[in-house]
Amino acid sequence: MAKLDNQTVLRHLQNRFADHIKQVSEPYGLLTVEADTTHILEVLEFLKTDENLQFGYLTDITAVHYPDLDKEFAVVYHVHSLVNNVRIRVKVFLDGNYPAIPTATVLWNGANWMERETYDFFGIQFVGHPDLRRILNVDDMEVFPMRKEYPLEDPNKVDKKDYFFGR
Amino acid sequence: MSDSISKILPNKPVYNDTDAQDELFTLNLGPTHPATHGVFQNVLQVDGERIVSGVSTIGYIHRAFEKIAEHRPYYQITPLTDRLNYCSSPINNMGWHMTVEKLLNIELPKRVQYMRVIVMELARIADHIICNGILGVDTGAFSGFLYVMQEREFIYEIFEEICGARLTTNIGRIGGFERDFNETAFAKIREFVKRFPPVLKEFEELFNRNRIFIERTANVAAVDPETALSYSWSGPILRATGVDYDVRVNEPYSSYEEFDFDVPVGTKGDVYDRFLVRNNEMWESLKIIEQALEKIEKEPKGIFHADVPEFYLPPKEQVYNNMEALIYHFKIVMGEIDTPKNEVYHCVEGANGELGFYLISDGGRSPYRLHFRRPSFINYQMYAPMSSGMLLSDAIINMSSLNVIAGELDA
Repeated sequence: MAKLDNQTVLRHLQNRFADHIKQVSEPYGLLTVEADTTHILEVLEFLKTDENLQFGYLTDITAVHYPDLDKEFAVVYHVHSLVNNVRIRVKVFLDGNYPAIPTATVLWNGANWMERETYDFFGIQFVGHPDLRRILNVDDMEVFPMRKEYPLEDPNKVDKKDYFFGR
Repeated sequence: MSDSISKILPNKPVYNDTDAQDELFTLNLGPTHPATHGVFQNVLQVDGERIVSGVSTIGYIHRAFEKIAEHRPYYQITPLTDRLNYCSSPINNMGWHMTVEKLLNIELPKRVQYMRVIVMELARIADHIICNGILGVDTGAFSGFLYVMQEREFIYEIFEEICGARLTTNIGRIGGFERDFNETAFAKIREFVKRFPPVLKEFEELFNRNRIFIERTANVAAVDPETALSYSWSGPILRATGVDYDVRVNEPYSSYEEFDFDVPVGTKGDVYDRFLVRNNEMWESLKIIEQALEKIEKEPKGIFHADVPEFYLPPKEQVYNNMEALIYHFKIVMGEIDTPKNEVYHCVEGANGELGFYLISDGGRSPYRLHFRRPSFINYQMYAPMSSGMLLSDAIINMSSLNVIAGELDA
């Protein structure tokens, strides 16, 4: 199986998008790049359709909340090229006030529920999504529970506070 | 596989749109219904017996595992993974351990890796037994299910011997196993490898060329590879469409690259192909277990974990009698151990697809963020769209053959 290496993938991406691909890293051998909101759909489409890359398989979409950053939310795409047996992780950081990003359902049908799940837990608006409703939580829930400001348990409980354990 | 089959089905009734009743009614299939094998609700618009459209409602047993995981130390997340796909918990356990080991750069001794392979393949067989047995029940053949269920019971006995639990196993620790497989466990695994083939053979003889079974399953819910890939399908149901994607081969973990096994694929992606793919995978799993047993023989005895005292929770008897073990036990339990600030994605071939763990660590005792890429969740989203136009009875066996497990669907 022909295996693309990360440097080749990165070169293709940078040739096409120049400055719009930022923050390149390779944690545990998985190429991770950062794109911006306006170009994310083009980046994903390029990854999917370029004949050298062929990242045709969407593994996962999820989000991460970083309340301390200027751009609070990161949407993370894991895309896989089954032909070349290589993966790539694409991150997009979003503003905390109105986190919105174009939907990837135009490229992959499978993105539908992944984006609904991400919306359900983080409140990220996937613009153009055909059916952006809650999926695992109840429909009349008002908060987005995976955001860091929502504690797991009753916040008034003190018996599990870290400082009691010297942390 | 089923090309030759379709020739022997001249009498299959054909339903055309001319049969339409011109009167739709709404049918709630689920949330609890004996035929759905779990908590699945589908609100179907039905025209006679033909489904016109459907909407899946999921989340009935959502337990917020990702949120809980952000507040638990790494070793306490293993029991959460048990409850994802509870038909093959050991695969989830091992996948989670391997994710953390990847984060911590722990290399396991070969013997431990082979032990893990045995446990994972036993779990895969147990899972496929359920799925294929239940598929038989849903098509009206109860006996095959009972024959193989006895063998699943035997696999659970092996798990019991290894870790003490049967269904939600919590097998192993970060860095290896909590104890060595004892002689009984090895003896039982060897016995299983001997006694399972005739049972599986009998099971296949009941189904594979059974005309009633073929008429019920062949050409039902056929999916082409492009659609399957676009819906991010993985596992046996993707391979039934003809795509040979198997994580064990594409990105080998736990020394799978040393094993000689085939990846069965289908041609049409219908229910019958999925059944055959799962059956053949059980044969391959048996091959892998046999090879793993041979390989373990050649490794030095008594090694069941890596030598990483700062991450491996020591056995209890050592904690009470040994200074170092006591210190490390205390440090691990109290979360005094530093982990690298990094992110890692690790996936294993679960019983019904690519089970991925996306772990972000901020250096603390629990993950900053943990996301489970759950194959059932992703595979199931095509169920409602693909059901439209299907007969109700076909939709039922389609659900059985997708092998969606409610715990994994809802996390």
